Amino acid sequence: MAEKTKAAKKPVSTKPVVVVDDVHIIYKVFSSGRRATKGATTGRKSFARKLGLREVHAVKGLSFTVYEGESVGIIGSNGSGKSSLMRAIAGLTPIQGGAVYASAKPALLGVGAVLLPNLSGEKNILLGGLAMGFGRKEMIENTKAITEFAGLEEFIDLPMRTYSSGMSARLRFSIAASRDHDILIIDEALAVGDQEFRNRSEARMREMRDSAGTVFLVSHSMKSILDTCTRVIWIEKGELIMDGDPLEVINAYNVHTGSDTID
Amino acid sequence: MSLADYAREHGLKRVGARPALLEYLAEAWKRRDFAFTMARFNSEAANARNRLGRWWTVLLPTFTALVYGLIFGVLLGSNRPDNYIPFLFTGVFLYSFISGVFGAGAGSVTGNLGLVRSLSFPRMLLPIQATIQQIFNLLPQMVLLLLTWVVFAQPITWAWVLLLPITFLMIMFSTGLALISARLTVHIQDLTKLIPFVVRIVFYTSGIFFNMEHVLKNYPLALEIEKYNPVYVFVSLARGVGVAGYTTTPFMWLAALAWAIVTLGLGILFFWKAEERYGRED
Repeated sequence: MAEKTKAAKKPVSTKPVVVVDDVHIIYKVFSSGRRATKGATTGRKSFARKLGLREVHAVKGLSFTVYEGESVGIIGSNGSGKSSLMRAIAGLTPIQGGAVYASAKPALLGVGAVLLPNLSGEKNILLGGLAMGFGRKEMIENTKAITEFAGLEEFIDLPMRTYSSGMSARLRFSIAASRDHDILIIDEALAVGDQEFRNRSEARMREMRDSAGTVFLVSHSMKSILDTCTRVIWIEKGELIMDGDPLEVINAYNVHTGSDTID
Repeated sequence: MSLADYAREHGLKRVGARPALLEYLAEAWKRRDFAFTMARFNSEAANARNRLGRWWTVLLPTFTALVYGLIFGVLLGSNRPDNYIPFLFTGVFLYSFISGVFGAGAGSVTGNLGLVRSLSFPRMLLPIQATIQQIFNLLPQMVLLLLTWVVFAQPITWAWVLLLPITFLMIMFSTGLALISARLTVHIQDLTKLIPFVVRIVFYTSGIFFNMEHVLKNYPLALEIEKYNPVYVFVSLARGVGVAGYTTTPFMWLAALAWAIVTLGLGILFFWKAEERYGRED
């Protein structure tokens, strides 16, 4: 526990690692049926209605800078644009305005992203590693360690489609965390894991952060965020509400959601 | 100072920016192992679910060729091309590769969105991976094709070696097609519906089961146009090399070479141009 506090108080360098500059994300989605609220579409209403084309402005001009060695918690209610923002930072979703700059290629660990459902866990480990640009030899050497970290020794030869969501999330985290990343984004990937795995993965995240890596953590578990993050950003409806010290922001968020505050 | 200048000053790069073409290709080349491994695993997984597994890659084109042989052989009657069985098998096998790559390429990005959304790598590896998977299927088919040539008493000559460069050019051409169809289906999902139709049309217009020169002998203009039809060019070359009574012309070789280079080049450019757009939500 003492170590944890020390890490949280670690002075942060002034070297920027990620700069998010006025990012806008707009999804154009073909909708069907009626929706409860009116007027969410843009000006060309008749056109939009005819085609059933809706524009969803998921992230509305966010800007912030993240420095080396920071680990940033992202909180906000469901649909507030957290995941969209994370995908944009990882460069996996096109943005309609602004830009994201980073010192290295961010690696994203997202929720629900099954790699290749028909292939075994073992093959997914190898392919995931190769896609991230690692060598075949080192991935094969690491396979055992990754499997053990995920705690999936028994099931590693089964197709990934047979895994429970918790199991596949564990495997994905283990693949991504098997190597040090300069920038790692974890998007609720741990929410489905059990307590034991969560503790193990949080320890691993602190380790990464301390080795000068930058970690983004999207989570609804305020405890996870408090345990691992040095800074918290609160987003609501695609806009930044608060950005700062974890305890302060989380308490403000808790007041907003009606939960108990933490001292 | 704007944030953008600040970022640039500290040496940060824009995330998700499309790299320059050469850099992009180098990146893709560095991860070629990923494409090969994914193709191999996918192909194993696809075959594992069927009892006859890999044999289907040979059985299916054979059945197709036999059915066409039976139907069109009878329909065409005395109009049947010489050496009909080797003629037909050559056409059907080669075309099943080209159309297979075209179709597999079309689904290569849209069918792997989970991968696209969770890992960043040059997306070009996906259509290339799909092409490699089809090449795995092509190899046994080529063996079977050579067998057919032998069985139907085609004289074995050194010219058969030329089947290698023909295959190579055909693979280049098809890879280009896969890259183009991969991007097109990302933009317009409806195209997946059109693909079987396009494949059919090209099948009927490329002399797979009939002799173009006989059928079109009263339409010199159409025949002239067909000389530029890439599928017809590749199929004719293979027949010229291995089926008695057919010859290759220098023009065919030139056309094949041109189609291979131009299609691959265009495919790479076309696919790379949209690199930032793959994996979006809508």
